[in-house]
Amino acid sequence: MSLSLQSRAEALGQSLPPLMAEAELLAANVMLGEHGRRRAGQGDEFWQYRPAHAGDSARMIDWRRSARSDTHFVREREWQAAQSVTLWVDPAKSMTFSGDKSRPAKADRARLLALALAVLLLRAGERVGLAGDAAPPRPGRAQIMKLAALLSGAEDAQEYGVPTASGMVSHGRAVFLSDFLGDIAGVEATLTAAADRGVRGALIQVLDPAEEDFPFAGRTIFESMGGGMRHETQQAGDLRDRYLARLAERKDRLVQLGRAVGWHVSTHHTGQPAQSALLWAYRALQGGR
Amino acid sequence: MFILGPIGFATPALLLGLIALPVLWLLLRAVPPAPIRRRFPGVALMLGLQDDEAETDKTPWWLLLLRMAAIAAAIVAFAGPVLNPQERQPGTGPLLIALDATWADARDWPRRIDRAAALVEEAGREGRPVAVVRLTDAPSEVAFQAADAVAGRLAALAPQAWSPGDLLAWAAVLPADAFDTFWLSDGLAHPGREALMAALSAKGDVTVFESPRPVFALHPPTFADGAVQVKVSRLPAADPVSVEVSARGPDPAGIERELARVPVEFGLGAAQGNATLELPPELRNRITRFEIAGLRSAGAVSLTDDSLKRRKVALIGGQADREGLQLLSPTHYLRQALEPVADLMEGSLTDLLLASPDVVILADVARLSQTDTDAMLDWLDGGGLLLRFAGPTLAASDVSRIDEDPLMPVRLREGGRTVGGAMSWGEPKALAPFPEGSPFHGLPLPEEVTVTAQVLAQPDPDLATRTIAALADGTPLVTRKAVGQGQVVLVHVTANAEWSNLPLSVLFVQMLERLAISTRPAAPEAGDLAGQTWVAQTLLDAYGQPQDAGEMSGVPGESLATAMTSGPGPDLPPGLYAGADRRVALNVVGADTVLAPAVWPQGTLIEGLEAPPEQALKGAFLTGGLILLMLDILAALWVSGRLAGLARGAAVVAALALIAPDAQAQEGDDFALQATTGLVLAHVLTGNAQVDDVAQRGLTGLGDVLWARTSVEPAAPIGVDIERDALVFFPFLYWPVTESQPLPSAAAYAKLNDYLRTGGMILFDTRDGDMAAMGATPEGRHLQRLAAGLNIPPLEPIPQDHVLTRTFYLLQEFPGRHGRGSLWVEAAPPDAEQVEGMPFRNLNDGVTPVVIGGNDWASAWAVNDSGAPLLPVGRGFAGERQREMAYRFGVNIIMHVLTGNYKSDQVHVPALLERLGQ
Repeated sequence: MSLSLQSRAEALGQSLPPLMAEAELLAANVMLGEHGRRRAGQGDEFWQYRPAHAGDSARMIDWRRSARSDTHFVREREWQAAQSVTLWVDPAKSMTFSGDKSRPAKADRARLLALALAVLLLRAGERVGLAGDAAPPRPGRAQIMKLAALLSGAEDAQEYGVPTASGMVSHGRAVFLSDFLGDIAGVEATLTAAADRGVRGALIQVLDPAEEDFPFAGRTIFESMGGGMRHETQQAGDLRDRYLARLAERKDRLVQLGRAVGWHVSTHHTGQPAQSALLWAYRALQGGR
Repeated sequence: MFILGPIGFATPALLLGLIALPVLWLLLRAVPPAPIRRRFPGVALMLGLQDDEAETDKTPWWLLLLRMAAIAAAIVAFAGPVLNPQERQPGTGPLLIALDATWADARDWPRRIDRAAALVEEAGREGRPVAVVRLTDAPSEVAFQAADAVAGRLAALAPQAWSPGDLLAWAAVLPADAFDTFWLSDGLAHPGREALMAALSAKGDVTVFESPRPVFALHPPTFADGAVQVKVSRLPAADPVSVEVSARGPDPAGIERELARVPVEFGLGAAQGNATLELPPELRNRITRFEIAGLRSAGAVSLTDDSLKRRKVALIGGQADREGLQLLSPTHYLRQALEPVADLMEGSLTDLLLASPDVVILADVARLSQTDTDAMLDWLDGGGLLLRFAGPTLAASDVSRIDEDPLMPVRLREGGRTVGGAMSWGEPKALAPFPEGSPFHGLPLPEEVTVTAQVLAQPDPDLATRTIAALADGTPLVTRKAVGQGQVVLVHVTANAEWSNLPLSVLFVQMLERLAISTRPAAPEAGDLAGQTWVAQTLLDAYGQPQDAGEMSGVPGESLATAMTSGPGPDLPPGLYAGADRRVALNVVGADTVLAPAVWPQGTLIEGLEAPPEQALKGAFLTGGLILLMLDILAALWVSGRLAGLARGAAVVAALALIAPDAQAQEGDDFALQATTGLVLAHVLTGNAQVDDVAQRGLTGLGDVLWARTSVEPAAPIGVDIERDALVFFPFLYWPVTESQPLPSAAAYAKLNDYLRTGGMILFDTRDGDMAAMGATPEGRHLQRLAAGLNIPPLEPIPQDHVLTRTFYLLQEFPGRHGRGSLWVEAAPPDAEQVEGMPFRNLNDGVTPVVIGGNDWASAWAVNDSGAPLLPVGRGFAGERQREMAYRFGVNIIMHVLTGNYKSDQVHVPALLERLGQ
């Protein structure tokens, strides 16, 4: 399972250029990466020469350059930094739903998206980890294997998942994949906490087309995936409009939350190809808007 | 039995179960449909939503109604419903079955006979003696017999082509004892019907049967305003309907076929329909009969006599330059006299002779050019009639003075004579009575007709024999001589009123008539018919089919005249009667015949011809209930929202159904491929599955024999739909004739005629063993109808020396499953002769396009799947021998088809070899 998930994710990730996450904040995130920041700082690449001024140690003077003129020059290198991205994939039971045999369960799609994103980020030299303490952000291909194993095994007894802010690197990036059908308060709290730590990122709401269309009629008892919640109706068809209204309200709420904390919000349907969602996530992380 | 409207119930007590339905309603209503459980994450969003209608908790009312209807249907079904329950009280005493048996019965005679047979059988079960009479017969003693004795005779009863005489005569011969009567009426009023009805009612119960099918009657078409006027009556006058009247007659080859067809429309409630048929004279003169297409009744047939024929008369006058003087024109009175009754042609003689007129009239034309004279003599030799009128030009010329002109009946004296004029002695001469032997004999002489001038004939030895009309003083007025097959007639006065007032009199017209120049414009008068003996040439049976008149003796003109007004009868069946110089058609329906519906006394029990049969409805109700329950399943699924999956399945089925037509569209090419992969024998699909199957197996069996014995190796046979399939691939078509097969469309006929013309052969098989000559069985009659549209040459029973008897095997009989019915092939040309030293005559060079027989060959050829004979033929060894002969006939006919005239040319081989040797 983990191997196939990994191979599928790699196949998906191969078709995109390496994702270069643009760091927006310089400050505390000091770990060097292979990622030029277009300014002087720590790194391997040459950036510019500047006249030496007081305080520069003699060791920093570039003697070869200084010999060609009367003043002393200091060789500056380009500042290179790696971004830390934290992924959270909803492990709750509601994600195991699939409205049709031909469509994957929402959880499958969410894991695939997450791992593909991880592959891309790792290939670009970023540090990727999972929310929680199991897998802190690390660079390198070895991390892919670890992420794949963790994602595949992730199952939870909860009906609806609540994201956690633990394990997030300050001023890093985060991506939450869930259906966001559960209590919105938990999401709100997590987002607030993340925003407090300067984390920005994206919310990807993964929904089954059946949840968008509500193609039911007749006398029906609806049960949540775990059986914990139930709702009985005589005319399921009559509920459709009101259900859709509530769904739209939920989406709207997510967008508002995202706007408040500077996160991107998108909805992905399992009936659509995963490529578009990956592309969207790539742009969301790259643009940083 | 409890009867409710048209439905009776065997066990009406069960209907009480219907009372329980309201209870059921309440029970069913209380049980809502079971809910469906779904896992759905979105339920978190739905919490707290309320249903709009609390009432849907219960079963919807229409679903309840559906279930109630299903249960009600079951209850009614078990109560044993019967449609049209028959509760006839069994009668007692003798039963008389009276059939009108007129021409109007012919349209559904078999059904009448079936009805009568059912009555006889029923009477037989009840032990009642029965008598069956045809009211068109002469009244005779009614003898009641045992039912089984009568039943055997029923099938032999046929309708008559006339209406009954006075039905009252039957009242006199009725038995004295009481009896019941079933009267199968034709629905028309006949004289004495009420009186006979009263007499029968006095003896016992009378039940009348009438057919609801309309009666159509075709009146004799007349000629007016340059077109044939067709008039058709019908009874009852109800819905708008259209019938087609077809005019039939011989084509130039002498084969009778349809010459024209005209639709006749009946409006709503119109009792009569009219149509006009414009035809060129050539075609019109050939018509021998009109008939309403598709109706088999003498009333739908009208034979034509001379009254419809019009002669072509070429009119040539001299002195064409004085066109201003109409009344002096030599042709004016001729034109007036002939225009209504003949087709006039005017122009130059050369042109007119090319149009082959029946009569050429030369009015005061003296001399013709040598070319014209030769052409005229040729035309006269062929049977033309040249009528010449004298006049100043002729009198002044030297034509026929010394020598008799070939185009003049007598020599003429120079100058002519004038009598009774202002400058002459004597009175104008009147006419002498016409001598016996003259064509004018018997015409009344008007006193006012006088002659003032004429040309005179030279006294010759044969002048007396050539004179057919003379003046009172004995001078010839009209002379005639025969030239070849034709004749030349000279009227010694002018055709205008210059020399005589003859052209102004009615006698002139009558004389032209007698000379057969003009024809009678209308129906013959009684006086025209009287005094002659008329001999029937063609007779019509009740079905409108022509019958040979046979040995029927001549009838006096007086009785024919009576029949012309009162309609034909047993002594004078409808048909064509020939007199001395003309033919008269006696038709069932006269010009003034009015179709009046039969009037029955109040309270008479009138039944349709087909009593509606009892029909048990139990099965229908149970099926209906079952269907309702099925619907209930679907509805219940729909109500509970589980129909989506089923709908998907239905969509797949629908998609498959849509694919199917494509498969059929490709069939055309497949058919052509299949038909051309090898030699394929084909049979015509009749629509009767059993017949088609036997034909298929028969051709399979014949193919096996061909494969085993000859170098012909046919592929599997094919059934051909003549409407749809191309016939060009098949050299041979086997066509079993069934009564039920619809007639081919016009397109199919065109295809079949093409097929026959281009060398195909059709073997028609009526499968009736040729029981009683062609046309006596339903299949035979249907074959006649089928073949009417086909271009079939004259046929004859197969002669002993036909090439079909020796194409592979030497055969003299052609048995199939039936033994020895006759076989008909294309007739040999009349000049076929047997040449010395040859085994048979050199008959038709080609292959006969049709072979017609009734021996049911396919049944004899048929094999089952394992190749063994399918149906028994004959008995024992003789039967197997017969089957072998049937196979041999099949081999011969296929050889005949495939080798064409090669086999008949083989007879020349010895002669050719002999010649080569020398």
